Amino acid sequence: MDWFNLETLWFGLIAVLFIGYFVLEGFDFGVGVLTRWLSRDDTDRRVMINTIGPVWDGNEVWVITAGGAMFAAFPLWYAIVFSSFYLPLFLILLGLIVRGVAFEFRGKRSDTRWRWWWDQAIFWGSLLPAVLWGVAFANIVRGIPIGEDFLFEGNLLDLLHPYALFGGLATLLLFTLHGAMYLALKTEDGGYVQQRAHALALRLGFVVATGVIVFLGWTYLNAVSLGDTGVVPGIIPVSAMLAAVAAPLLIREKLHGWAFVATTATVALVTLTLFLNLYPRLLVSSIDPSFDITIQNAKASDLTLTIMSWAALVFVPIVLAYQSWSYWVFRHRVSRASVEAPTETPMQVLERRRAIADQRRSGTDAEGS
Amino acid sequence: MPASFGVGPSRGVQELAVEALEFARIQFGSTTIYHFFFVPLSIGLAPLVAVFHTQYVRTGQERYRRLAKFWGKIFLIIFAMGVVTGIVQEFQFGMNWSDYSWFVGDIFGAPLALEGLLAFFLESTFLGLWIFGWDRLPPKLHAATMWLVVLGTHVSAYFILAANSWMQHPVGYTIDAETGQARLDDFLAVLSNPYLVGQFSHTILASWTTGAFLVLGISAYYLFRQREVEVFTSSARVAVTIAVLSSIGVAFVGHDQAQHLTEAQPMKLAAAEALWDTEEGAALSLFAVGDVDAGRNVIDIGLPQGLSILATNELDGEVQGLNDLQEAYEEEMGEGDYLPPVAVTYWSFRIMVGAGMLMIALSLFGLVSSVRGRIADTTSTLNRWWLWSLPFAIALPFLANTAGWILTEMGRQPWVVYGVLRTADGVSPSVSTWEVVLTLGGFTTIYLVLLAVTIGLIKKQILTGPPEEADEEVDEEHRTIAPLGAY
Repeated sequence: MDWFNLETLWFGLIAVLFIGYFVLEGFDFGVGVLTRWLSRDDTDRRVMINTIGPVWDGNEVWVITAGGAMFAAFPLWYAIVFSSFYLPLFLILLGLIVRGVAFEFRGKRSDTRWRWWWDQAIFWGSLLPAVLWGVAFANIVRGIPIGEDFLFEGNLLDLLHPYALFGGLATLLLFTLHGAMYLALKTEDGGYVQQRAHALALRLGFVVATGVIVFLGWTYLNAVSLGDTGVVPGIIPVSAMLAAVAAPLLIREKLHGWAFVATTATVALVTLTLFLNLYPRLLVSSIDPSFDITIQNAKASDLTLTIMSWAALVFVPIVLAYQSWSYWVFRHRVSRASVEAPTETPMQVLERRRAIADQRRSGTDAEGS
Repeated sequence: MPASFGVGPSRGVQELAVEALEFARIQFGSTTIYHFFFVPLSIGLAPLVAVFHTQYVRTGQERYRRLAKFWGKIFLIIFAMGVVTGIVQEFQFGMNWSDYSWFVGDIFGAPLALEGLLAFFLESTFLGLWIFGWDRLPPKLHAATMWLVVLGTHVSAYFILAANSWMQHPVGYTIDAETGQARLDDFLAVLSNPYLVGQFSHTILASWTTGAFLVLGISAYYLFRQREVEVFTSSARVAVTIAVLSSIGVAFVGHDQAQHLTEAQPMKLAAAEALWDTEEGAALSLFAVGDVDAGRNVIDIGLPQGLSILATNELDGEVQGLNDLQEAYEEEMGEGDYLPPVAVTYWSFRIMVGAGMLMIALSLFGLVSSVRGRIADTTSTLNRWWLWSLPFAIALPFLANTAGWILTEMGRQPWVVYGVLRTADGVSPSVSTWEVVLTLGGFTTIYLVLLAVTIGLIKKQILTGPPEEADEEVDEEHRTIAPLGAY
């Protein structure tokens, strides 16, 4: 175990936080983007938004915690990454701001113009971060002009080379497919949204698989030309590619649950590949390897890392437990009927409420959906 | 590499563009003040929503359910704004203040990460359960989810204030001889920072006051018009009780903090009082016009010996003045300007205390009315005036909160970590002025738009009033938070 040390542990934990973030908010982003294409009316969009309504905020906390963990465990990394990716992060923030309030504000008024604006906010606020996280991670792996004193010496254009742009496109497409599978699972069986999600996924599936294979291949070639391929065991990127290919096959068989597992695995394994490709570096310098930010030159003190390790050991399982429970509570599919204004009279509403209360009192399952 | 790494205090001011620094400061100040419109409301409203919800579960009374839903809806609008503006805060340290982040990360990062792990996950997950849980969860469990949100907001305040307290009064660290970074050597010292004890209680009590004044102001709006009297009498009585306890509590804790400042940050205290020369038996300034260049006040009206009593509990206690502190600093740390912006510090202190006094007066009046069972009485002229004034008084806690933070942060200048790191040495060296200007413009624009939208939505919510049992089901609002697929 001589490879084991606290900085490696935290490299791993931050990788886990980003994997969690991309897996969870990945489908949130996908759903947000798809609200534009898979809906025929306002009610469909409401249904789609409500599939992620109770959980999207919790999903977003994964990246807030990841950011905090970067700050605490590798202050130099946090400082240089956040100040180097200045404009992309600014756009990500704008996206997350308008999207976050849109979920809450959209339903507050019923006029179409109001809703149109918030639908724009949800679409662009999901699309922008979905692309830009890909651009940012591709850049971190491929390298940006980090010079002496670890100062970023480039400009925005240095961040927009073909590989990074392709990375952005790949994450956008992958998240969109992931979101489509989530919708297939979470909207009414046989309903309009589910059918459209299925149809779109059929067409998108192989495009995504191709994109993932090209992106991972390109990443490998970059690494070879840099002369440092990190510590990637070949099985990981190969599994990512297999999962990406499996997804459209499963979609064709209408095995939506398994297809969602496949897109989840793809997101997780692609992210893992990028992190393993980095290790033990944290940010590659395209100027000189001696300017690379590594877990060694960026790490916090052993004391900070030890305290954080104990906190993670205790609280990560607790967080996982209650977040999973929340997914369990909201495991049901969302139907149009459940979000449409009911046609019942107030008396019928009262009777139904009473019936639910009676059922509960007698201890039977009141959900009945 | 860390050895040759010249980030931090050693590199000094020479390289950075002064404009970038100023715009980065404006950006931090404006986004933080904006974020802090919503934070104290979340902290202050969540317990009230939880109390009403719990009362509903316990008593089954309809008015409590309506109150929980009514305040809950306003809480959600505010909470959403707090969440999205909070992400900006976390990212901003690295984006605009990368040298600062590098320097303090070993100490400052851990509370931020713990805030995410212990507080944000808790708040967001259980708030999702609360919003969508009305027909999904058993009633008691459902009410409990709101209490977990309450816990989350308070834990979050603790960690972020632990981080801020360390900037005010750095403890439990050493400076790494090799890299020049601050290194943690006692985490418990950071978490039990004497500055933090005061700051946490002050902020939490101020937040409860803020929540109470919002509830009180809106309830008074209804009572003044004699609408929904039964429902809003309940909420006004709860809010008055909280307002009295917390607004008086804030003042007491604040007094303690001022005494702590005498030792921890004498410069801030001197600036807050515009006290130029060290005095025994210093007066408590009521109104002053200063001449910063000359280092004296042109006009100064004060209560004799007041400041000495406040700061030291002694009639003739010594309070250090700005000029003497400046001299002492120059001797210790070399030439430079160690004065915070005196006028801003002085007046923000007065605005904060003034708004606080007004709130105490308004709450005490309400307590008397409430005890006499006349809180909703519009026949008595005095009570009528009181009810009329309360909707306007909603502005008071915001004024006090903002002034308080300006005092805390501007009064610490020129330091970002008091006595250890200058603000000018913390800014990101690789970020250009135009980039900071661009993001400042972007955030300002979107924040102003969202502020207008938020106020509009809260206003609409207030005018709509608490939902009735029957019309709630056809309320389009309810569709957002419908218990999906429950039937």
